[in-house]
Amino acid sequence: MAEKPIQGEKRVFMTGNEVVAWAALAADVDIMYGYPITPQNEIMHYWTRLAPKYDRKFLQTEDEISAGFTTCGGVLSGKRAFTATAGPGNTLMQEAMTMAEMMRIPLVQVVQQRGGPSTATVIYSQQEVTMTCYGGNGEGLRIVYSTGSHQELFDYTIKAFNIAWKYRFPTCVLGDGYQAKMRESLYIYDPAIKGIEMTNTYPFVGSDGMPGIDREPNHLRNTYNTEEELYEVVKNLVTEYEKISPEVVEYQTFDTDDAEIVIIAHGIVTRAAQAAVNSLREQGIKAGHFRPVTLRPFAGEQLRAIAKKAKKIIVAESAQGQLRKLVTDAIYGESVPLENYFKPGQGITAEELVDYVKGL
Amino acid sequence: MSKVPNMPKSWRVETKPHKFCPGCGHGLVLKALGEAIDELNIQDRIVFGCDIGCSLLSWDFFNVDTVQTHHGRTTPVMTGIKRARPDRICIAYMGDGGGYAIGSQHLVNAASRNEKITLILANNCNYGMTGGQMAPTTLPGMKTETSPYGRDIEDTGYPTQGPEMVAAITQHKAYVARGTVANVRQLKNYIKKALQNQMDNNGFSFVEALAGCPTNWSTNAKDTWAFIEEEMPKYFKVGEIKTPAQKEENTNG
Ligand SMILES: Cc1ncc(C[n+]2csc(CCOP(=O)(O)OP(=O)(O)O)c2C)c(N)n1
Ligand code: SF4
Ligand SMILES: [Mg+2]
Repeated sequence: MAEKPIQGEKRVFMTGNEVVAWAALAADVDIMYGYPITPQNEIMHYWTRLAPKYDRKFLQTEDEISAGFTTCGGVLSGKRAFTATAGPGNTLMQEAMTMAEMMRIPLVQVVQQRGGPSTATVIYSQQEVTMTCYGGNGEGLRIVYSTGSHQELFDYTIKAFNIAWKYRFPTCVLGDGYQAKMRESLYIYDPAIKGIEMTNTYPFVGSDGMPGIDREPNHLRNTYNTEEELYEVVKNLVTEYEKISPEVVEYQTFDTDDAEIVIIAHGIVTRAAQAAVNSLREQGIKAGHFRPVTLRPFAGEQLRAIAKKAKKIIVAESAQGQLRKLVTDAIYGESVPLENYFKPGQGITAEELVDYVKGL
Repeated sequence: MSKVPNMPKSWRVETKPHKFCPGCGHGLVLKALGEAIDELNIQDRIVFGCDIGCSLLSWDFFNVDTVQTHHGRTTPVMTGIKRARPDRICIAYMGDGGGYAIGSQHLVNAASRNEKITLILANNCNYGMTGGQMAPTTLPGMKTETSPYGRDIEDTGYPTQGPEMVAAITQHKAYVARGTVANVRQLKNYIKKALQNQMDNNGFSFVEALAGCPTNWSTNAKDTWAFIEEEMPKYFKVGEIKTPAQKEENTNG
């Protein structure tokens, strides 16, 4: 047995992609499958350098369709497996995400969002929210963590494996090109020293014993014959998803108790929103910030309570209203006016948010 | 039980009779596969994957762990399992549409990487499940729902020569053959060798099986067999195309 990749806890200064690779190592991930795309490449680069030292594996596939489906295979065989992608690669991967959704395959996907539509930029965006939450021909039965810092990338990558295997829904860590490529300080650690116990994995196929004699064979399918049969299956999936949602949902609030103006932002834009709120408060403006950490499931009830009290809500995102769709869906019926601060494919600073709020 | 015709031991009795149309080639390919599994005594090590296409009907066919995947995606799912669990024997079962059209990049790259899995592909010259459209393997002049005047080779090219292509892009460790449901014994032997190649941890193995689709061909039993035995082999030569031993001899000599 190779020794633990991270002993205890260490202060480090590294890129987000490197952080993800270390987190996967620390989470006892057995195998990564992937296809090159900027800005996630270095996850694979670090993984392929580190993995053999700790008896872990890697497969470079022919495309992201294959990366998604080979990851499904790895998970079905009982291993902690993951893949990472971005932009057009995420598009191709949606097919496998729907299979994981339908067959309850605890696949973990890391997405480092880049500009869209199409090939666009390799730099940054928040334009993969709708796709990551709801892509493919399904009902969006996934868990999506939108991280905002390198520390969170580390924490939530580890958590993604535990949550995926605990609840058996495909789980995504949604980062972006800034988080992928920037260097930042954080603590990396052996999960055990934080009392984090890795959820057990088990094979769906390929366990021991003679099928039909020692045990029943495991026959897994995703095709059904009648409307009624499918309805039953999907209803059960949805019921299960809704049941676990309160346990899974995560969000943060900043000065929302008495806030008249509430900025809603996720991912790295939460940093600008937090700083903007501090600055606005200093200037005597009652601003607050609501940050969904999970985009699926979404903290709808909690947001509604805040929306009831607010005089104005601003949705700030590096996309043309993808977060806003989640927000309006969650607070349908509330009368609070919504303002949009949309910058598709471009970063958002605290200063511009402050100026925007003051200009309202 | 006594009424049950002699079925391979690895078949799941509870799900028989199977769900394919009468006279369908899939049943015969899976008979050959079942016998091969029995004779190699590997039932407890198999993970079987089926595509979407009429092969999907085999999702509960065997007493082995089975994953039904998506159209064309059986190769990567089985690759993923094999990479994570090299001690399992992984079989990807698909149609000609799944293998040569929508999943062709997976076939080509799994073969190029010498993935240690076994692909078995039923070639019935059309898309059976979706109602008989033209496939990469549709014969010149053959009528299908999307080539109603017969496949025009000027417009849509020649039938895909799958095993020949795989043989061309694999190295000496691959096993490649084309069998036919008209000779189940021979087909079983090819499949056995293909599985043995995986068990030996040697490399990629691929068997195409010429198979009938009487439903979409609109043929009676006699014409179905005539098509399989006389028409198909004109384009699709039956036999072993690449065997690891043969190649080793060559390189030694
Ligand atoms: C992505 C996708 N495209 C199309 C289909 C529809 N579809 C289902 S089976 C099939 C063709 C099957 O033909 P083949 O692979 O030759 O298998 P056969 O039924 O002939 O055995 C198609 C196109 C699908 N299920 N998924
Ligand atoms: S449609 Fe053709 S391939 Fe499909 S089960 Fe019927 S005969 Fe077999
Ligand atoms: Mg076919």
